This record gives sequence, C-alpha cells and structure tokens, in this order.
Amino acid sequence: MIYKRKPVDWIFDILNYTVMVLLILVTLYPFWNIFVSSISSSAAISSKGAMLIWPEGINLESYQLVFKNPMILSGYKNTLFLVAVGTSLNMIMTVFGAYALSRKWLMGRKYMMLMLTVTMFFGGGLIPSYLLVRQLGLYDSLWAVILPGAVSTWNVIMMRTYFMGIPDSLEESALIDGANDFHILFRIIIPVSTPIMAVMILFYAVGHWNAWFSASIYIRNQELFPLQLVLRRILITGARLNEFDLGYISGAEKQIVFKGLKYATVIVATVPILLVYPFIQRYFVKGIMIGSLKG
Amino acid sequence: MSQAEEETQTKNTVAHKKKFTFQDFKRGLRKGKYVYLMFLPVFLYYLIFCYLPMYGIVIAFQDFRPGMDFFENAEWVGFKHFRSFFSSPIAFKVIKNTIVLNLWELAFGFPAPIILALLLNEIRCSWFKKTVQTVSYLPHFVAMVVIIGIVKDIVSSEGLINTIRAYFYEMAGGDPSSFKPIVYLNEAKYFRPIYVLSGIWQGIGWGSILYLSNLASIDPGLYEAAEIDGAGRFRKMISITLPGIAPTITIMLIFAVGGLMSSGFEKLILLYQPLTYGVADTIGTYMYRTGLEEAKYSLSTAVSLFSTVINFLLLVFVNKFAAKVSETSLW
Repeated sequence: MIYKRKPVDWIFDILNYTVMVLLILVTLYPFWNIFVSSISSSAAISSKGAMLIWPEGINLESYQLVFKNPMILSGYKNTLFLVAVGTSLNMIMTVFGAYALSRKWLMGRKYMMLMLTVTMFFGGGLIPSYLLVRQLGLYDSLWAVILPGAVSTWNVIMMRTYFMGIPDSLEESALIDGANDFHILFRIIIPVSTPIMAVMILFYAVGHWNAWFSASIYIRNQELFPLQLVLRRILITGARLNEFDLGYISGAEKQIVFKGLKYATVIVATVPILLVYPFIQRYFVKGIMIGSLKG
Repeated sequence: MSQAEEETQTKNTVAHKKKFTFQDFKRGLRKGKYVYLMFLPVFLYYLIFCYLPMYGIVIAFQDFRPGMDFFENAEWVGFKHFRSFFSSPIAFKVIKNTIVLNLWELAFGFPAPIILALLLNEIRCSWFKKTVQTVSYLPHFVAMVVIIGIVKDIVSSEGLINTIRAYFYEMAGGDPSSFKPIVYLNEAKYFRPIYVLSGIWQGIGWGSILYLSNLASIDPGLYEAAEIDGAGRFRKMISITLPGIAPTITIMLIFAVGGLMSSGFEKLILLYQPLTYGVADTIGTYMYRTGLEEAKYSLSTAVSLFSTVINFLLLVFVNKFAAKVSETSLW
C-alpha cells in the first residue's frame, strides 16, 4: 500500500513552517531592534530604552555623532588597513603554500606537509605567543595583529586540494614553452581557480573585520584601535563616558546621546558585513562543501 | 602486463628509491628551486609563529618573570606551577565550570543544528527553505563583539526581556512603579543559559550546513521504496534520515565530548564579570587572567599545557570508544 498523507502530516507541516518563520523572526529581530533605535531621537531612547518595533522621532543625529567621533573614524581606518593588508598577505602566503604543497614531484613535500599539519593539533598557546610577539618588537603595532595570523593552515590545505584537482595537461603545454613555476601559478593556476580564491578572500577579509582579541592584547595606543575594540568599549566595557572621546558635547547631553551613539555604531560596524553577505553566503557554503568533501 | 614484468617493475622502483644520491638531491633542488622560493615565507611563518611558541612552553617548568627575554633560560622549577595550580581551590572550580559549561553546550547546543537540519529537510517549498537558510547563517558572520553587545542590550535592566516582563507584570495588575527589573548578567544562575542560548542563536544555521549537505547525499530511492512500503514521514525520518546522518553525528559528537575540558575564552571574557565568576570562570578565562592581567606567565602556561594534554588524551580516548561501539571514528 502506498502511503497517503494523513492529518498528522498537515499538522506537522503547519508546525514546521511556523517554527521556521519564528526562527527567521528571532534571528533578524535583534538587528531590526538596533536599527530602529539607531534612527530614533536620542531623547526617546534615553527615556524608553531601545525601540521595540518602530522608530520614534526619526532622525540621523546618532549617525552624525558616529562620523564626527575621532575614535570611530580612526577605528574604521585601522580596520580597513587590517582587512586590506592582512588579506593580501594571507592570500599571497596561502597561494604560495598551497601551490608548493600541490606539486606532486616536489622533493621533501611530505615533510613540508607534516610541518603544517602538526600545528593543527599542537600550538604554543596564549602566553608563549604573546611573549614572542613582544620579543619581536611588534607590540603596540598593527603588525602584531597581522603577522601571527598570516596563514590559516586549514585554508592552505583546502586550496591545495583544489589545485591538485586541476588537470596536469594545462601546465604541461606551458612547461614546453619554458615557463617557470611563477608563470604557471599566476598565468594558469590562479585564473582557473577563481571560485576558491573568492572563498578565501572572503574568509580572510571577514575574519579581519570581525577580529578583536589579538588587537586587545597587543595594542595599547588608542589611535591604533581597530573598529571592534572601539565597539567593545562602547558596548561592553561599559559607558565610561569621560574615557570615551565625546569632547565636543556638553556633559549633561553626553548621557542622553550615548545610547543612540551605541546603536548607530553597531549598524555602522555591521553594514559592510551585511553588504557582502549575499556573496559570502553563496561562496562560503560552497567553500565548506569543498573542505568537507575533499579535505 | 604479465606477472614477471610487474615484479621487475616493482623491483626497479624499489631499487630506484634506494639509490637516492646527492646527485638526485641536487637535481630535486634545481627542479624545485622556484617552488622552494615560494614556500620560503610560509616556512618562516610556521617556524617563527607556530614552532617558536611551542618551544616557549618550557616556561611552564621555569620561573619566568615579566621583563625577561623570550630565549632567556629562567630558573628551572620542575612541576612547581602545576602543583601550585592544583593545590589551590580555584583549580577545582575552573575545571568544574569548564566541564559544566561544556555539558550545557552538549545538551542544548549540540542537538540544535541537527534538529534544524531535519526540519528543513521536511520543507518542500524550495524558496522558503533557501530563505530560512540564508537568514539563519547570518549571525555567524557578525562580529563576536557585536553579538555580545546585542545580548547585553537585550538582557539589560531596561532591555527587551525586562520590557516584556514589565508588560506582563502590569497586565497581571501589578503597579508599574513596584516592578523590579532583573539584571540578568549580574546573576550567576542566568549565566549559563545566556551563554548557551546566544551560542545557539549565533550558530544554529551555520552548524546545520554540514548535516544538510549530508542529508542531500542520501539516496532518494530509499525514500521512494519506503513510501511504496507505506512508510509515513516520521517512519522515514527514523529509519532512513537519521541513520543516513548518524556517522556525521558520531564524528561531531566525538569532537564535542573530546572537547569537554577545552575552553574557548574569547566569548566568555566579553560576557562575564566578577559577579558571575563563580560559574563563568573556566580554564580558559583563568589562563587568560593569570597570564595577561596578572602577568604570571609561567603559571598560565602550565595551566594551558595541562589543558592541551588532557584534551588530546580525551579526544584519543573518546575516539577509541566510538570506534568500538559504532564503527565510526576520526582515524
């Protein structure tokens, strides 16, 4: 007998769709909550707390404050530097590493691979790494954030797997023309690997944008704070206003505008992620598949 | 190819392998010169930023004081720092907190993405399914600082939860002026639920990807055959879908149970505060505080080494156990 839909199936479907709609609402609501609060008047926020569903006294004063604040501006600048320089360095290292490890004829390849895989299981830990960074004289510079994370072993292995799947015949024709490995890598391998390149760039760039921990332990100079550290100050370490640079606003007003500023800063720090998210989402999921199926 | 030929060929390759001479080495070096050049920065990176810190672990057995040189040999003290950690009452507290917090994660955080994947799998309307997926992955990409900022805002004294509570309080006839908001993050009993729930909120969608891709690879013929045999949707879920993803669940479970003693501290140090140390202080946060806030470098490294060794042993043990009972294991 072939199965026929029963009432219990309909009930299950209705419940299931309801749960999913709830999931969407629960996931998006906090962002909506912050968005409507950020465009509300500071008077409304300070008397009522965050707006629940709709904004009140719509205006952009909080955003004006954000873009006038020297700390947030320098935070943005530092984060952009970290994303641009950090991601470029990550990509160069990852591509070089992956290319070398994907050459099947390369003498010593096994040992090179071993050198990488060991680090996936063992590491020095927090303090030895911290002391080393200080020893190298990187303390209190953005390089302390960039260099210790210059390569992600997992990404190298993922890209290597991709490179190894490229047919050898493509390179052989180039070899006959006397091309060296740099030519092969840049003229042949990279042009046919755009999907994985996109995945990696997005992986690394989002990682740099969101990172805060190493900056928090290596950077003391406030002018070098990346955006996330500024955010942490505003959102988490609490509203110690005098410590936070709102010098151009009078004392009594500070407390009132601070909350609005908080919400607007979250939006300003998150919007870039939301803008690239559609691309990320498509490529990241693909990336995970590549990693889990072949890796 | 005849058997004789095959044999000579194997012999040849064996012979070839044996006489790896200096000449071969030079030829290999010449052939790969550009590749080695490319690998050089990667090699240096791993040497400096991965292997040197591993060497730095020796300070767990030394009295390393602030201001000393990384390569300086401090006085060897054997297991002094391990002893001082284990003889203090805080050792028991942080180990217990680490395990309890991880058990909470295991009980609530671990099944959540599996349930989501199973529910999504039952949705036939493909644009709706895609929408749910796209939305549910989103929080994974939002910065931890922002996530914790949002959490703090929601549970604050005038945040969303207290607003809702106040609403019901008034509905029930309470006097608005006598309403007492709860400051959730100041109370130890709310810490674990907040930690685990926010983790689920952030990670459920992303965690489900693995299971969904696994579900997609189940042979559709199995479902058709089951339907012809009269199996309903729950029957199919139990007899086909769950067994289909069981190996993946086992592997994820091995990692989860193997990580019972491990403790990520990046989220914790954003979320906890002295009032909640009683439940929130774990091996990771203790290591962070002793190391970076109190500059007890050797003690912190000793704690870190202890936790690395325990984690590794636990993973090996759990993996062995899983291999015995379920035929699925990591290696």
